[in-house]
Amino acid sequence: MAELTVKRTLFDARQMARMMRRMAAELVERAGGTDTLMLVGVRTRGVPLADFVAAEIVRTEGVELPVGILDITLYRDDLSTIAPQPVVKESVLPVPIEDRIVVLCDDVLYSGRTIRAAMDALMDYGRPKAIRLAVLIDRGHRELPIHADCIGETVQTTDTEVIKVSYAATDDGKEMVELLEREG
Amino acid sequence: MSDLVWQRGDLLGVAELSTAEIIHILDTAESFVEVAARPIKKVPTLRGKTVINLFFEPSTRTSSSFEIAEKRLSADNINFGASSSSLSKGETLLDTARNLEAMAPDLVVIRHAHPRVPHALAARLAAGVINAGDGAHEHPTQALLDAFTIRRHKGRVDGLKVAIVGDVAHSRVVRSNVLCLTRLGANVTVAGPRTMMPEEPEALGATVAYSLDEATRGADVIMMLRVQLERQARASFPSEREYFDFFGLTAERLKGASDDVIIMHPGPMNRGIEIASEVADGPWSVILEQVANGVAVRMAVLYLLAGARSGEETL
Amino acid sequence: MTAALVIRGGRVVDPSQELDGPADLLIEDGAVTACGPGLRTPEGAEEVDASGQVVTPGLIDMHVHLREPGQEYKETIESGTLAAAAGGFVAVACMPNTEPVNDDPSVTEFILRQAERAGWARVYPISAVSRGLEGRELTEFGAQRRAGAVAVSDDGRPVWNAALMRQALRYARHFDLPVIQHAEELQLSGDGVMHEGAFSTRLGVEGIPGAADDVMVGRDLMLAADTGGRYHLAHMSTVRSLALVRSAKADGCRVTAEVSAHHLLLCDEDVFDSGLDPDFKMHPPLRSASDRDALVSGIADGSIDAIASDHAPHHPDEKELDFVAAPNGVVGLETTLSLCLDRLVGPGVIELARLVELLSVAPARILGIPGGSLAPGSPGDVTLIDLDREVAVDPAAFHSKSRNTPFAGWKLRGAPAGTIVGGRVIELP
Repeated sequence: MAELTVKRTLFDARQMARMMRRMAAELVERAGGTDTLMLVGVRTRGVPLADFVAAEIVRTEGVELPVGILDITLYRDDLSTIAPQPVVKESVLPVPIEDRIVVLCDDVLYSGRTIRAAMDALMDYGRPKAIRLAVLIDRGHRELPIHADCIGETVQTTDTEVIKVSYAATDDGKEMVELLEREG
Repeated sequence: MSDLVWQRGDLLGVAELSTAEIIHILDTAESFVEVAARPIKKVPTLRGKTVINLFFEPSTRTSSSFEIAEKRLSADNINFGASSSSLSKGETLLDTARNLEAMAPDLVVIRHAHPRVPHALAARLAAGVINAGDGAHEHPTQALLDAFTIRRHKGRVDGLKVAIVGDVAHSRVVRSNVLCLTRLGANVTVAGPRTMMPEEPEALGATVAYSLDEATRGADVIMMLRVQLERQARASFPSEREYFDFFGLTAERLKGASDDVIIMHPGPMNRGIEIASEVADGPWSVILEQVANGVAVRMAVLYLLAGARSGEETL
Repeated sequence: MTAALVIRGGRVVDPSQELDGPADLLIEDGAVTACGPGLRTPEGAEEVDASGQVVTPGLIDMHVHLREPGQEYKETIESGTLAAAAGGFVAVACMPNTEPVNDDPSVTEFILRQAERAGWARVYPISAVSRGLEGRELTEFGAQRRAGAVAVSDDGRPVWNAALMRQALRYARHFDLPVIQHAEELQLSGDGVMHEGAFSTRLGVEGIPGAADDVMVGRDLMLAADTGGRYHLAHMSTVRSLALVRSAKADGCRVTAEVSAHHLLLCDEDVFDSGLDPDFKMHPPLRSASDRDALVSGIADGSIDAIASDHAPHHPDEKELDFVAAPNGVVGLETTLSLCLDRLVGPGVIELARLVELLSVAPARILGIPGGSLAPGSPGDVTLIDLDREVAVDPAAFHSKSRNTPFAGWKLRGAPAGTIVGGRVIELP
């Protein structure tokens, strides 16, 4: 098993909160309001981002957007090569996605394969008006023609590096973005 | 969700499953229930995987349930019935295994009239094997879907009183269910006429009763078994009328059970023999949910086994 | 005639003469002529050095299936008798359920001819009781006796017809033939494939109740008492059958019984533990642990007269079927002696002399054949035994054509060291 060691902290809690607030504002602005907007967190690390953005929109716009959770396990393209088998969890979409602008939220955009799987999964639930992608960190190295519509920060990385995002809501109050190095 | 890392490549019987593995399958199945509620009830998970359904014994229900589960996971499936197959009686297990292997399946679902045939084939096959019923021995996916249905209704299995009534001697459903439910902490009682009880029934691991009222008193779950009518010829019971009289479940006889008792049946039912229509169609009945849950549980099993197999290849 | 032979320096165990001690044995013209310490070697005689070995009357397996004629792919008289010699047996009695059935003197004569040609061990054919083993018409007991048959049996099947059994017991008295019964009430054994009990219950396997044997044994013992015929119960398997035989013997009936090594050493739990391995399938089935323990007490106290292998070879392809589909039967000629030495004599359950009674003296007496003794005048049939040799049961090394044994891999102490048939030392290939 490869060891991960922390190289440095990229963003602290204050910087992260500022990034996420800005993303919330940008999403509302680009959608021309909140009418048809819906947030969907990609399990597991995209869920707290969606929750934060939703809370921020309640604060700024006074509107409570529907927030869903999408488990992409069943749509992964690497099931036959990874072991052990990932644990499947439920997807929860509280409202029909028909004619909505669905914002997929995830922590890190890397190869693009997770988002490809997430879009496939979403399509099986209906026909959204549009799918947008919001990511906290874009670290490059794309393997598919996918790009994010709303980015917290872009970070240059090598392929032995790993980005780790911690959220106050799910990681015992710790909120930061760290750069790790894979060894071995 | 348990922390268990799934590694088993075959599902041959409940006997070999740990409690943690049973819970892991049930938890995984919860996620697959949701797939059935979608407009597009199909996920690409097992795309490119081949599943052979090998039913040496006719079974519409179990084979359809597996087939739907496989299709919903996007697996390619091929069905061999006993008659349409060159794989039939008299062929050695090794030849059967070689014939299957030549088709390079990832998983093989096997139903056979003789006990432990799936086990014997699993030992000779590289593919994963799922036992879909071997004689009167085991029927693990049925027991898992029953436990799943009970858990969804009662929120737990632990501490429940479960009565299983009918032809205990010749039922694979009983054997797997007693193993599965007792492992999850239920108190299981099996009951039936003495002519339908096996020798030394206590060896099954359940409490034994010889009357319906005794078995169902205070029961949270009552599972009625299908009476195989051909058993009448073997003097297992004298007539359908007399069987219904003593062991048929009626609304009247439910009075001794728990107020929120649920009624289960592995199907297909003989109305008016082991179960009255008023019970089968009554508010207690979860029989149709069993059928729906069967697909989710089988999807979970297929998913877990397919993953364990592919994992092996990369190790 | 073979040259004279002296077997020197062994420990002679011959219960027929209540003999157990160092002695030499002289065999001349195929028969024992002297037995005692310090025998002089006649001029031109061969010598066998038996120091460190036990010398016993040649062992006789009174219940084997040699499969020839008709099923030579499972076993032949040649391969079966070679397996017998390798297992320490100088003689076997072979059951009539061949193809064709041995219900005619021509088959008996054929078997004897084949046995003589092979030359590994003596063969005593057993005639069918009924034509085609169908349980309807008697075979010609007299003609069969004259041709060389030593007993009558429908083994593989019971003589199910009570009226025919009664007539067989009466008619066999003319020729002093024992009627050997495979005791099974077919209505009770039904579709069963293993002993009916806790383990068949757990496996969901159709069971064969012990009563399937007992009901038939009870019926037969009534008929034996009624007719005065000689009745021999093959492969006894249950505690109740044992009690019935004990009681019939106490009543003075002419009843004897045999048990197989597998019924003495295995039980239904072993079938369960094997995962329904077809090599654990035979008829009668391996019974409960309490049945097994009762049978062991039965050989110790003399209620059971003989141990026989019920050697039932099946081609490996037939045992490659699943448990329910596979045929009944296990081989035993090459394992019985070592199993008995290690599991019965070794731990002191029975004395070595008692084992020789069970495997030699009693079978000779029951079948009315020469042997079972080393007293002067007896045939020069001897088994040499090495009590200390350790062997592991290796089916691949069997001389039998078949491999179906539940004892594969068992490590056993005590093994045959050679056989001598009519003064001729059998050299295994």
